[in-house]
Amino acid sequence: MIKAILIFNNHGKPRLSKFYEHYSEDTEQQIIRETFHLVSKRDENVCNFLEGGMLIGGSDNKLIYRHYATLYFVFCVDSSESELGILDLIQVFVETLDKCFENVCELDLIFHVDKVHHILSEMVMGGMVLETNMNEIITHVDAQNKMEKSEVRAASEARVLSIIILI
Amino acid sequence: MALKIVKGSIDRMFDKNLQDLVRGIRNHKEDEAKYISTCIDEIKQELKQDNIAVKANAVCKLTYLQMLGYDVSWAAFNIVEVMSSSKFTYKVSCSQLQLQSVDAVLITTIINSVSLPLVTQDLSSPNQYDTGVALTGLSCFVTPDLARDLASDIMTLMSHTKPYIRKKAVLIMYKVFLKYPESLRPAFPRLKEKLEDPDPGVQSAAVNVICELARRNPKNYLSLAPLFFKLMTSSTNNWVLIKIIKLFGALTPLEPRLGKKLIEPLTNLIHRALDLLYGMVSKKNLMEIVKKLMLHVDKAEGTTYRDELLTKIIDICSQSNYQYITNFEWYISILVELTRLEGTRHGHLIASQMLDVAIRVKAIRVFAVAQMATLLDNGHLLTGNMQRNGICEVLYAAAWICGEFSEHLEDPMQTLEAMLRPKVATLPGHIQAVYVQNAAKLFATVLRKQEGTTDSLAAQETSQLLIDRLPLFVQSANLEVQERASCILQLVKYIQKLQQKEVEVAEEVTALFAGELNPVAPKAQKKVPVPDGLDLDAWINEPPSESESEDEKPKAIFTKEEPKHTRPRHTEVDEKELARRREARKQEQANNPFYIKTSPSSQKVYQDQPGVEHIPVVQIDLSVPLKVPGMPMSDQYLKLEEERRQKERSERKKKEKKKKREKHGRGRRADSGPESEEDITPAHHVDIVTEEMPEVCWVLLQSGYFIPQVMSAQFLFQKSTKHKKKKQKKEKEEKEKKKKKKHHHHHHHHHHHLHSADESVQNGTVEEEEEPLPVRTWPSLLTHVYDVQGNLQDGSQVVVSVIFENKTDHFLKSMEFNVLDSLNSKLQRPEGSSPHDGLAVPFQLPPGVSNEARFVFSVQSIVMPQKLKGTLTFIVKTEDASTHEKLDFKLHFTCTSYLITTPCYSDAYAKLLESGELKSSSLKLEGVIMPFHHLLARICFHHHFSVVERIDSCASMYSRSIQGHHVCLLVKTVSTRPPYISSLLL
Repeated sequence: MIKAILIFNNHGKPRLSKFYEHYSEDTEQQIIRETFHLVSKRDENVCNFLEGGMLIGGSDNKLIYRHYATLYFVFCVDSSESELGILDLIQVFVETLDKCFENVCELDLIFHVDKVHHILSEMVMGGMVLETNMNEIITHVDAQNKMEKSEVRAASEARVLSIIILI
Repeated sequence: MALKIVKGSIDRMFDKNLQDLVRGIRNHKEDEAKYISTCIDEIKQELKQDNIAVKANAVCKLTYLQMLGYDVSWAAFNIVEVMSSSKFTYKVSCSQLQLQSVDAVLITTIINSVSLPLVTQDLSSPNQYDTGVALTGLSCFVTPDLARDLASDIMTLMSHTKPYIRKKAVLIMYKVFLKYPESLRPAFPRLKEKLEDPDPGVQSAAVNVICELARRNPKNYLSLAPLFFKLMTSSTNNWVLIKIIKLFGALTPLEPRLGKKLIEPLTNLIHRALDLLYGMVSKKNLMEIVKKLMLHVDKAEGTTYRDELLTKIIDICSQSNYQYITNFEWYISILVELTRLEGTRHGHLIASQMLDVAIRVKAIRVFAVAQMATLLDNGHLLTGNMQRNGICEVLYAAAWICGEFSEHLEDPMQTLEAMLRPKVATLPGHIQAVYVQNAAKLFATVLRKQEGTTDSLAAQETSQLLIDRLPLFVQSANLEVQERASCILQLVKYIQKLQQKEVEVAEEVTALFAGELNPVAPKAQKKVPVPDGLDLDAWINEPPSESESEDEKPKAIFTKEEPKHTRPRHTEVDEKELARRREARKQEQANNPFYIKTSPSSQKVYQDQPGVEHIPVVQIDLSVPLKVPGMPMSDQYLKLEEERRQKERSERKKKEKKKKREKHGRGRRADSGPESEEDITPAHHVDIVTEEMPEVCWVLLQSGYFIPQVMSAQFLFQKSTKHKKKKQKKEKEEKEKKKKKKHHHHHHHHHHHLHSADESVQNGTVEEEEEPLPVRTWPSLLTHVYDVQGNLQDGSQVVVSVIFENKTDHFLKSMEFNVLDSLNSKLQRPEGSSPHDGLAVPFQLPPGVSNEARFVFSVQSIVMPQKLKGTLTFIVKTEDASTHEKLDFKLHFTCTSYLITTPCYSDAYAKLLESGELKSSSLKLEGVIMPFHHLLARICFHHHFSVVERIDSCASMYSRSIQGHHVCLLVKTVSTRPPYISSLLL
């Protein structure tokens, strides 16, 4: 099971957090901070797996992370997950983001965190890996984006309509 | 106005979407908390609005704030409300929220009462994404009540037509099972079914769920093992594979039989991983990676897997010429550690690596030798168990390294002792052979050390040790071992005899194994530029025409011999010829993997040609460089090699004997300066015998498996050619001086008589253009070199090969070769032609071209030398006219032209001498100053004799004429005076 997926930048600012287990908001913030401290002090050439922090569940949990430019992508998982599998999943995640945003950068994640969530929900559901095939993920994300757009268009029409009614 | 306000407020509220919020927060860095609190107030306002779109926007912003750590539980109800919206967009934003943070008791009720019908409604929506979002949302807030109520619905969805829904439904079932375990039993068959779903995504989801379940209670899932096994071998999805392997990890402790089943597919997977390793090593991480692999080697249980690891380690380390190895001591240690593996099949591989590194990395030899000595000392550990015999191959390498580089040994005596232990006799034959051979090398080293300290007793004891131990090997069933052992045993016995006379022998014994092994880059030759004007594709000699080759078939064994000696005045021809042959040979060597390619320093022969000095020598980039120095070879090297090869071709047996002599020459040079060249001590004689051994050894090495071929070939070369060049030089110098006088007496069943041939009898000497006239007309117009060969099949025929070379600037054609027949010798002409007709030379000669023609002569008596006069007529084509020209020449048929090199064993030879049927005569030659062995070599080469036996400065030689006459020749040197030759003829 995946317990949490965190994306934060080199300064520890969270850019996305998704917890699949229940923690209080305070704990969540502490977990993000703790994870940042664990991950950021590691050298570039050392292993990408480490034991999870105390808050997320201690030694039974692992942190698997990758560092891309200004962002850390961290998955907190329990012992049933394979490190290499998750590492691969992070890669799939980032590649998918890159496809969807076209040269993804930190700002994309900041302003479109909802989209990032959306993409993630096509990959991981309730802490379980749903899909690892990037093409499959993108197909579904695109299809849902189209749906949304048509609804937004309809909504804006409705809004105009409501304004007219108001008048 | 009022309208404007209303509109503005609506727009503002609408416009402050997620992006605005994010931007706002970024713009209020100083008072972020304050800004957010106002935003939250706005969101609260938005949630109070009736417009669901506004509510959805608010929920979206809440999601973001929640990430930043703000409490949003107060909005739970609204979130569920938005969730229940019919609009997909709004639901999506809700499903992103972490709803479980909502106050459990209160909200559960709300969710149950409000969302259940809504979710249920969504679950059956015709749009797969509506259903999908509902499932995603549900995955966040499954409660036991929801699980109970929705279990059957979700189970139905597991068989949905859309794989997208199926996989989500499958995954969410896990959550349902957790909250409502009773659902597991009825749902399980369907879940199992999903393992074989045609859609890989659904399959993967099912595997995920079962793996999670099995982790909690593996026992219940043992029955699925075959299914998973099938999946593992068929699936290409890495994620699924990883999960399955994880699952098997949980299952194997419960079912031991499973482990065995898994070995193969798992090793395949590991194989793939190991292949990756191969590509990811660098100088930095190599040691670490190998260390890890070594740990796995230690832990590995199956030999197949362990062998796999072993080869991988060696592959990784040795890739790209040991590119990544920075410390060879380390590598040697790794190799030594690997020898401790039990029952590996890769002893060969380890051995070859040891040898390769020890030979190529000079700096490591001291260390390597020390390690190998230890290995030899503990050899019994490796040989203790016959099951482990694969690894004893490393002893092969160890023995060789210790022997070859014995000067680095700390205690050579101890190693020598270790190599001669009786236990060695249980090793495979080829290893024993190397042991014996290298024991001799060690012996030489030990002797030198001991003599250096003037401890003659110790030296004698060492000899005694060998004499005591070697008989064990002499009895070996392996021929190789037996042969080497008996050779060395005799040698040592002899040495001991000398030692007892207090003669210092160490130097000479060491000389047996002199010569260093130098690696050369395999492609070095290719980098040598082709000299200007050289066409490697051009024929050196025109290919013989069909009819001719047929004609020559029966003489095939002799056709390879080519004329190669010319009088000094024809040196120009000679040079050209040589250059051509050199190139031809170079080509041949280049294509022959066993031939060493010449390296820069050996190219002095070519120094007059541009650019040859710059032949690149490959330098391998290593901190301990694998230096590839050139071979120290003299300028005579190539010529010698040519000669050697020709001899080799023509008469193998003869060549071998010659080698002995040549080596002999080297031996002398290496040791005793004051001794006169003719004066050959017996010690040298022994040298000859034993020195044959190392070469045999090298050849074996080469044909074996370890030293890269080029390297060993080179070594072979060095050892065998060093002395030759010396000989060659001398031969040249002495060419003119050589005046051999022979007195041949002949006595045969047919009582033929052979006259003495008191003149230069060199075969293949150019004898043309003695007549001044044609030479003057066409100065050096045409030269020809010839060679006379007997025909074994037909006792009355000889073949004369003539090489014609056109030295004019004109085209020569219509050449006719005619010889004035004598009573005894006749040129064979086509049937029907008169005895005065010439034979057409089957080719034309453009300027500067040479070609070879062969003519068959029938001879009646071969016991007399003959001179045949002949004429060559030809047409010279100039630009405007063509003239008919002729050239007179003489062909000398000496008695020895009719001899064919035939080997003879000494006992047969003795019988011949005893038979009394030989007629003898003797002759003394004065003024022959060449060394005795050179003389023998020349007799062998030019007069087709072979040496039967040689004792000191006496030699018995044998040959046989084309008509079956036995010719025995005894050659003897009378102390410092010229050799005394006597011959016996039968």
